[in-house]
Formats: sequence, C-alpha cells, structure tokens
Amino acid sequence: MDAAQAIDDLKEISPQVRDVVVIGADGAPAGSSLTQESAVGRLADGAKRLVEAAEAMRPGVAQLEAATLGGSVFVVRDGDRVIAATTSPEPTVGLVFYDLKTCLRSIDESQPPANQPAAKEPAAKEAAAKPARRRPPAQKKADDAAS
Amino acid sequence: MPPRKVVTGFLLAAGSLAGSVLVRRRAARKRERVDLYADDGSMHSFAEGTPEADRLLPIAHDLLRA
Repeated sequence: MDAAQAIDDLKEISPQVRDVVVIGADGAPAGSSLTQESAVGRLADGAKRLVEAAEAMRPGVAQLEAATLGGSVFVVRDGDRVIAATTSPEPTVGLVFYDLKTCLRSIDESQPPANQPAAKEPAAKEAAAKPARRRPPAQKKADDAAS
Repeated sequence: MPPRKVVTGFLLAAGSLAGSVLVRRRAARKRERVDLYADDGSMHSFAEGTPEADRLLPIAHDLLRA
C-alpha cells in the first residue's frame, strides 16, 4: 500500500488524528495528510527533534506521546521509519498508537519516498483500491445462515 | 449499631473514595506530560515542570500551533 492510501485509511478510522506525516528511512517525508510542503516539513522536523531529544534522555525510545492542553503529539518508530501525528486533546492513547503502527506497517517499504504531500486520489479509484472492511448485509446474512 | 446504618456508612465511604479517585484522575489528565515508551516495554512519564518535559513540551507546542 502506498503512503497516501495508508494515511487516508488512518484518518478515516481515527477521527482524533489531525495531521500525520510519515518519514522514510532516508529522513525525508514519505507522505502526509498536510497539503502544504512547508507544513509537512515543519511537522517532520518537529517529530525528528522530539525523537532525538527523547533518545538523548532515554535511549531506546520506540514511541512517545507529548500531551498538552491543546492536543497531543504522537511519534512512533518502526525500524528506520517514523510516523508522527497531532491529535485533539485527551485522545484514546492506546488506540492512536495502534492505528499509527498499523498505518506505518501497511506502507510498502519498497515505495520510493516522495517529498510531495499525499495527493488525494479520485473517489472511484480510491473505492476500487480499498479492500472491503465489512461484508455487505446480504452476504453476511447468507454466510450466517450457512454456518 | 444497627446493620442498616453500617451498610449506609460503608456505601457513603465507598462512594466518597470512588469520587475522589475520579476527581484526582481527571485533574491529572489535565496536566501536560510526556510519556516515553521504550523498546523493552518500559514507560517513563514526565509531568510538566520536570526537566525532561520542559525540553520536549515546547517542541510539541510548536507542532500543535502550526
């Protein structure tokens, strides 16, 4: 899955998440929910500064949450890749971490990192590419009857 | 002492305790903090005012302001 699709899915399932950026192994942004390149760079740089400062204090940091009254900043590392997100105040911490990890791991590592923000795909293409999350009601009834 | 009064007193005490725990939890959540989760599963939480939080929270404020 490419970064744009993974971020779209994350935003869909996690309404607490405001802005997201994925940082590739080379340190460059590989995708973001933000449209302005300067905003993407600012979020990516801030996330890297957070990780570096946290690592200096406690080596081996895998993920962090900085909770403020105005919202939270989450950063999750998976190997050399990083995903960072801002959320609304008092988020459901465990869920946000889980969704961020899922998003990061769903992004194909072989994808070449793009410095451009994640572009929105046309709705029809998006629907075709997205796997069905739930069985349609008719299919579900048939399955339930069969079992 | 009649058993009914004992039960009433016990319920009042338990209710007060539960209420105070809830109030303290809500108050704690309103404080700014930084939680660091390590690879080994350990977690360190730094409330505002600690040197660690004072170093990390300004970066978070910058990101949230943007």
